[in-house]
Amino acid sequence: MALAKRIIPCLDVDNGRVVKGVQFVDIRDAGNPVEVAKRYNEQGADEITFLDITATHQGRATTVNMVEEIAREVFIPLTVGGGIRSVEDIRVMLNAGADKVGINSAAVTNPEFVREASEKFGAQCIVVAIDAKKVSAEGDPGRWEIFTHGGRKSTGIDAVEWAIKMAAYGAGEILLTSMDQDGVKSGYDLGVTRAISDAVDIPVIASGGVGNLQHLVDGVVEGKADAVLAASIFHFGEYSVPEAKQFMASQGIEIRF
Amino acid sequence: MSAFASNTIAIIDYGMGNLHSVASAFEKVAPDAHVLVTSDIVAIKAADRVVLPGVGAIRDCVGEIRRLGFDTLVLDVIASGKPVLGICVGMQVLMQSSEENDGIDCLNILPGVVKFFGKKLHDTSGEHLKVPHMGWNQVDHLPVKGKVHPLWAGIEQGSRFYFVHSYYVDAADDQQVAGRCHYSRDFAVALSHENLFAVQFHPEKSHDNGLQLLKNFSSWNGKTV
Repeated sequence: MALAKRIIPCLDVDNGRVVKGVQFVDIRDAGNPVEVAKRYNEQGADEITFLDITATHQGRATTVNMVEEIAREVFIPLTVGGGIRSVEDIRVMLNAGADKVGINSAAVTNPEFVREASEKFGAQCIVVAIDAKKVSAEGDPGRWEIFTHGGRKSTGIDAVEWAIKMAAYGAGEILLTSMDQDGVKSGYDLGVTRAISDAVDIPVIASGGVGNLQHLVDGVVEGKADAVLAASIFHFGEYSVPEAKQFMASQGIEIRF
Repeated sequence: MSAFASNTIAIIDYGMGNLHSVASAFEKVAPDAHVLVTSDIVAIKAADRVVLPGVGAIRDCVGEIRRLGFDTLVLDVIASGKPVLGICVGMQVLMQSSEENDGIDCLNILPGVVKFFGKKLHDTSGEHLKVPHMGWNQVDHLPVKGKVHPLWAGIEQGSRFYFVHSYYVDAADDQQVAGRCHYSRDFAVALSHENLFAVQFHPEKSHDNGLQLLKNFSSWNGKTV
């Protein structure tokens, strides 16, 4: 009897459509978020992450409506991230039905925001999203830095130290995306995943780079992730959530069926 | 029973978090029920069934419950014999005290205290156990007065439910423990006392198993046998 490792399909949503970029740039359409969320719910996904990459205000209103619609019909945890910059943004998403919110750039700009959010709403609903890129040379000990603005802006902040700090500020969970890997399907960056998971006491979700089911296994076994997130392998029908679960269970990983 | 017999389920709103998920889940499993998210004491007392939810820090939860006079309300509702369901921090507030927020006196309705899981937890195989205890864990039903509690009807032994909490209930009366989970230690995740049932997990986020439990609650008569 043990806690199951979670499989989390991720919906990157732009102006009301699920999209998936390759290294955050090239975009493919993958459907209506509500329909996609319902499909994953029926398939036995353990959670759903909804990442709003819409830039416009009008698009944000659409997002709130969609989160409401998903929350009315999907009875598993829902995390909403993207553009969360204020206590009010968090309140709007939680009231719309999100169980957790992901905070990314705003945490880098103002770390106190994470502390304030955690005190106000509880650590259980504060996910700090970290976009990390490897900065050490091949063969050197691994070093990763935080990038913001969809991976375009370097901050010079060490990713492992940042994760430790965010946990101390009251994050309940870390969503770790490897920018080198995202969308290229060669697997998670296991080095940074393992380094952060070992360094913090809070759960870590591995993200970025899944191309096959072995990558999910590696994220848990090698990366020590508590949950594994993937987008395109599920969206475009290469694998279903049950196939992923069967495979992970066959590799000795505790899974919920 | 009158010709207008209805089933009103009141979810107590004391300002702590979004309660729409709980309401949506009841609307899904009990479409004939009248589901209210309310802070109206009269409406809560008039309801057929009452849900005490809770998320966030226990200091704020207990503080708001007391400020609004809901501590007495909860006692009255339980004493009335109608079915009452506590969820997550709504279970923890029923206990005597909690270690959270440097120590908080709770409502002292059920015997036992709320404790922190601890830092740098590891299981016997050496695996690093993260806190919060977050995700889907298995729940064992324990018999209450020699029988499986009606709220477990249709739910298999060892079914998984969704948890997210850093503090757990250390129940003082084993007779009240209707469900148990293991995460570094065994701990109570469902407590039963007459017409009161309380769970640490989130049934409204626990897919089919959680919905089944809420469905069972929506027709429960408040008796354990």
